Amino acid sequence: MVSNAVMSEQEAEFETTAYHPVESELGSVIDIENFSFWYSEKQALFDNTMKIQKELVTALIGPSGCGKSTLLRALNRMNDLIDGIRSEGKIAIEGTDIHDPRVEVIELRKRLGMVFQKPNPFPMSIFENVVYPLRVDGIRDRNLLEETCERSLRDAALWDEVSDRLQDNALGLSGGQQQRLCIARAIASEPEIILMDEPCSALDPIATARIEDLIAQLKENFSIVIVTHNMQQAARVSDNTAFMFLGRLIEYGETKKIFMNPMNVRTSDYITGRFG
Amino acid sequence: MKAKEPKKRKEKKKAEMPVPEADLDNYMEPGPEAAQTLEAEKSPPGRTGLRASLDFKARGEPFVWIMGGALALGVLMIIGFLALVLWNGIVTFYPGPVEVVTLKNGQRIAGEPFRSESFRPSDEQLKGVDPESRRAIREADGFASRTLYRIGNFDIYNEDFKWAVAHQVARTETPPGIFFVERREWGPFIGFIKTLTLDGRRIPGEKVSLDALYAAHDEAVDRREAVREIEVDEIGAINYYIEEDRLALRRTELDYGKNSAEYRTEKEKFERQTKERRAGFAVLKKRISAINQEDEKYKITLTEIGGREKRLRLSEIVRLYPANNLSLFGKIGVYFSRWGEFLTDDPREANTEGGVLPAIFGTVMMTLLMVVFVAPFGVVTALYLREYAKQGTLVSIVRICVNNLAGVPSIVYGVFGLGFFAYTIGIRIDQLFYPEKLPNPTFGTGGLLWASLTLALLTVPVVIVATEEALAAVPRSMREGSLACGASKWQTIRNIVLPQAMPGIMTGLILAMARGAGEVAPLMLVGVVKLAPELPFDSFFPFLHPERSFMHLGFHVYDVGFQSRNSEAGKPMVFVTTLLLITIIAFMNAFAIMVRNRLRRKFVEGQF
Repeated sequence: MVSNAVMSEQEAEFETTAYHPVESELGSVIDIENFSFWYSEKQALFDNTMKIQKELVTALIGPSGCGKSTLLRALNRMNDLIDGIRSEGKIAIEGTDIHDPRVEVIELRKRLGMVFQKPNPFPMSIFENVVYPLRVDGIRDRNLLEETCERSLRDAALWDEVSDRLQDNALGLSGGQQQRLCIARAIASEPEIILMDEPCSALDPIATARIEDLIAQLKENFSIVIVTHNMQQAARVSDNTAFMFLGRLIEYGETKKIFMNPMNVRTSDYITGRFG
Repeated sequence: MKAKEPKKRKEKKKAEMPVPEADLDNYMEPGPEAAQTLEAEKSPPGRTGLRASLDFKARGEPFVWIMGGALALGVLMIIGFLALVLWNGIVTFYPGPVEVVTLKNGQRIAGEPFRSESFRPSDEQLKGVDPESRRAIREADGFASRTLYRIGNFDIYNEDFKWAVAHQVARTETPPGIFFVERREWGPFIGFIKTLTLDGRRIPGEKVSLDALYAAHDEAVDRREAVREIEVDEIGAINYYIEEDRLALRRTELDYGKNSAEYRTEKEKFERQTKERRAGFAVLKKRISAINQEDEKYKITLTEIGGREKRLRLSEIVRLYPANNLSLFGKIGVYFSRWGEFLTDDPREANTEGGVLPAIFGTVMMTLLMVVFVAPFGVVTALYLREYAKQGTLVSIVRICVNNLAGVPSIVYGVFGLGFFAYTIGIRIDQLFYPEKLPNPTFGTGGLLWASLTLALLTVPVVIVATEEALAAVPRSMREGSLACGASKWQTIRNIVLPQAMPGIMTGLILAMARGAGEVAPLMLVGVVKLAPELPFDSFFPFLHPERSFMHLGFHVYDVGFQSRNSEAGKPMVFVTTLLLITIIAFMNAFAIMVRNRLRRKFVEGQF
């Protein structure tokens, strides 16, 4: 297996991305151009270029350590929290380069809601959790907060379950409810894009199914980028799928095609479970 | 040997295999051969048991015993110490009987038995002993027993305690008419009532009814309190205002000079006002002397066991009771009355008697002030170290230094506090804001504020370390969640990190509080005194006077135990004061722990 990986790395140097995504009528929302990324000395992303389509679901798949989470976290600059990082190339959201020194990282993050691997509700009431993004904006208007809370919870398909106990501690919810609460929180500030980093990996199959339904609904209004280890999930929820391997984008294309008829041999190896 | 054989072969085979896929397959699904190997490794017949029984370390039990033993020893020491303090502290105030001992040489001793011990009399001491006692001592391997009596009457005997050696005692009795009289001065008097003078009427001792005596005594105490109130509160207030006027005058003098018009008008005003205020003195003094005249009519004459008399005013007595004629109820009454005095009164007789209210007040006040200083300072420092500073060599060095600060002897902090806070900052403050009081220092000497700051410095490492730990324990996912919502770093810290770290921070504060409240050495340099003339809190603006020196229970223990005239008399007070100090710290900690648990419950509630 080790020799296999080394071989692929050498080959990958000469490879170009197989590129056949479904184009959205609204065009692309995120343009990634020749983006490379380093953790101190270690290079994690190699010269990736892709256009993420507006109001579609884009799934990032690939084996562990292939850089899909790094790429996702580069989009809202969450990687800035780590010491010694460095990047090259360009990421533009709706035409604005996110690494432009004039861009406020806080404002940027408000445009991209993020849902994490493990549900991470804050130890406060359900209501306060959902309106947290508004609170940090300094919004005090009670009506607006309540309105936003209800709308977000409805959008996250959680309203019916928690509407009568909004003042309860959010930590009392079940895992699946907590994750939907985190989704509600991510959409409360009305971002354009939702980033999901393996949102179902800590959930049971029923909770997973609910989240997947939710993703299908949310794509009406949001562009969604989802990192997942579960290939069936990628096949079910996404319009476009990007397969990454060792920091490189190997294939980016229509989900149906990638799973039925991948163009790159490594994609087909991965999808059929030959390695990874 | 046999068991290892197949495994070796297997390894060889593995190395020979050139095709990686085959290797992978083999790895995923171990063949029957491999399964056998595993089986064989698990239980080489007979050998595992033998080896384990030989190797002492392979078995956990001895270590469990060592650890359990260490814990038991630690717990035993703590419980032993607490029990010692608790028992001695609790029994001290319980009134004992008064025994009258007649020695064989005819001498009589009256006193409360204090403690007994066996000792080895020297040959010298044995010379005059009768043969019968000498034989008894020889039979007991040369040991004899003796009892220490608290004989009181220091003004007559010039000693508080006397030993009575068992073999010299002819007889011991407990006469019912003997009284234990606690006086405001000279300590207790033990003896009989000869006469009681009530409103000028003389009653012989044997006809005195206890109820009448107590009633008269209560009235006398009220009169004493009235005098004290006038002296301290009213005369004190007049003195305070005169001093304020004088300071105002001095300020004008400093501002405008002695020859200015302002000074002259001010001086005129001052003299007029002072005259008016002084007139108040005369009125108060008249009131006091009226009360004293009344007081003179209530007197008591006591005789000690040897027949010498002592005549004193009833108001000079704190408490008196017929020691051998007291019911259980009466004894409990005396016990609680003594506790009440201890907790609510000022100290008397060089701190060995009376109460410790100023010391309680000073201790609590200083500890609270210390927490007020140390909490924000320590938390902010830890926040910077953990959240903002780039983790590297420099931060590590700072961290090591902070930890080492905890190992600096506390007296060094005291020296620093005195030199830096009092003599550097304090003197500047005096020059700037209190020039009229100079050369008397205001902040330029030890005081409550400087003591709290010194202790805050002493305990800040504890808070920093605890806070850092607490901050590090807040899950990364929480911070990321908040940042991803568009919160700034400060908002994240303020809204998410700090509330969750609060229980841990509270733990640090509790530790700091316990350490600070029990510290004495540095305080002796920066503001704790044997007897503080004024509390750091009174009815004059600005009510809290952080520049004043104060009393402290820890120092009180030292003072009573080692600096008093009679260490034997101070010993019980040492225990009582220690018990009180421990109780106060325990109460403050209990309160803090309650707050912490409330916080903790909020964060852990029903997690999964």
